[in-house]
Amino acid sequence: MKGDSILDGGSVVTNMKRDMNPDELGIRRVLPESGWTQARSMAARTTPIPRHQSQPHVQILGGVLNSYSLSRISETSTADMMGELSFVQISDSHMGFNKPANPDVAGTLKAAVDKINALSGAPEFMLHTGDISHLSKPEEFDTVDQILKSATPKDVFYVPGEHDVLNDDGKQFLERYGKGSKGAGWYSFDKKGVHFIGLINVMNLKAGGLGTLGHDQLEWLEDDVRHLTHSTPIVVFAHIPLWSVYPEWGWGTEDSNQALAYLKKFGSVTVLNGHIHQTMQKVEGNVTFHTAASTAFPQPQPGKADSPGPMKVPAEQLRSVLGITDVNYIRGQHALAVVDSSLA
Amino acid sequence: MRRSVSIASLAAALVLGTAGFGTGRKGSVASAQEKTSTMEVKIDNFSFGPVTLTVPVGATVTWTNRDDIPHTVVSTDDSKTFKSKVLDTDEKFSFTFSKAGTYPYFCSIHPKMTGKVIVQ
Repeated sequence: MKGDSILDGGSVVTNMKRDMNPDELGIRRVLPESGWTQARSMAARTTPIPRHQSQPHVQILGGVLNSYSLSRISETSTADMMGELSFVQISDSHMGFNKPANPDVAGTLKAAVDKINALSGAPEFMLHTGDISHLSKPEEFDTVDQILKSATPKDVFYVPGEHDVLNDDGKQFLERYGKGSKGAGWYSFDKKGVHFIGLINVMNLKAGGLGTLGHDQLEWLEDDVRHLTHSTPIVVFAHIPLWSVYPEWGWGTEDSNQALAYLKKFGSVTVLNGHIHQTMQKVEGNVTFHTAASTAFPQPQPGKADSPGPMKVPAEQLRSVLGITDVNYIRGQHALAVVDSSLA
Repeated sequence: MRRSVSIASLAAALVLGTAGFGTGRKGSVASAQEKTSTMEVKIDNFSFGPVTLTVPVGATVTWTNRDDIPHTVVSTDDSKTFKSKVLDTDEKFSFTFSKAGTYPYFCSIHPKMTGKVIVQ
C-alpha cells in the first residue's frame, strides 16, 4: 500500500478541519499498511491527489551519505540505510494553563504520552513545536520535562512558542532546550537521510505583524541547505505556521516566503507547525504544510469566533480535539506520511 | 510637593485641568471616578478597548487583562516608553503619561493586537 498517503505530493489545497465535526477531529492516520482504512476515509473528504513517481533509491541513499560522518556509516543499521523513519510531533502543551477550556493540561499531556507509547512501531524521537509552558515559569517547564520522561522516545527536539519566551527574550528556553543552537535558537540535524530544520518565529514580533524569522535566521537557513542534494527530504518545524493560515489572527509568518524560496529546490519539504491548536494542512507543489493539534485546549477555526482564545468544548469531547502527530518517512515515497491522532 | 497642597486647591485643579489628578481622591470623589472610568483599557477577546484612548497630561492609564490568555502592553516606539510584564488573567498594568503626544502600543505576544493612547 506504499504511496497511498493522501499527502503524497500533488498541488491541491486541502483544509480538512473546516468540514469536520469536533468529534472527528485529529484522526488522520496515513500509515503504509495499517493506516489505509482511516486514510481512505479522510481521502473521501478531499479532492483526490495524484501520486508522484517514486524517487530512485540512490537519491535517498545520497541523503544518508550526507547525513552521517564516515566514522558513523558502519554504525547505521539496515533500517537506517533503508531510510525509514518514524517520529512524533507534539505541540502547545501550555503547562500552567488552568482555565475552563482545560483545567488539567498535565493530565492531557500524560494522555498524549500514553498515545505515543501505544503507537505501533516506536517513534525514534519527538518534536515539540512550542508553547511548552503557558507563562514561561520554570516549574511549568519542569512539569513537562517530567511527563515527557515517560515517553518511549527519549530524544525531544524543541522550538519555542511565544509563551515560552515571555519576559526574558527566550533566555531560559535557550538554557533548557537550545544548547548548541544558533541565534535565537534555530538549528538543524539529520536523521536517516532526512534533514530537520528547527526555526524560531516568535521573537521580536512587530506591532501589527505576524510571526517573524528575521534576516539573520534566513541567512543561516540559506547557508544550511546550500550543500544538500535536491533529493534530501526536508522537515521544517516551527511554532507559528509558515503559511498564511489566517493573518487576521496573526496565524502566519511575515517572511516565510523567503524561507520557502530557499527550500524550492528540494523534492520533498514537510513543514510542521503548532500555534493554532487544530489540525490543518495544505499541499503546495513539493511542500506539504501541517499544523498539529494542541495537547492542552482547542482554538476556534479561523474567523469562526470573536477571537482565537481557548475554545471550551463539553468535557467529554475535550480529548477528541486534542492530539499528537505521527510522521513516517518511507524510502522512495515522495512525501512524508503524516498521521494525526486525537487523545480520545 | 503635591501632597502638601490643600484640598481646596486640589479640587480647583481638578476642575480647571488635570495637574492634580491622582492625588485628589479626597478632594473630588465624583470627579476622580469619572476620570478613572475613562482611563482604563480592557483587554478582551484579543483586543484593546477602547482601541484609542484620549487622556490629559499626567493621567494614569490602567490596562486589565480579561482574557484566558496572557497579554502584554508594550509601546511601539524604539525606546519602549512603557512595557508591561506578561499579564495573566485579571492582572493589571498602569502607566502615567507625563508628556503630551500619541503613544501607539501593542501586545508583544499577539502583535495583531494594537492600541493607542493620545495624551493632550
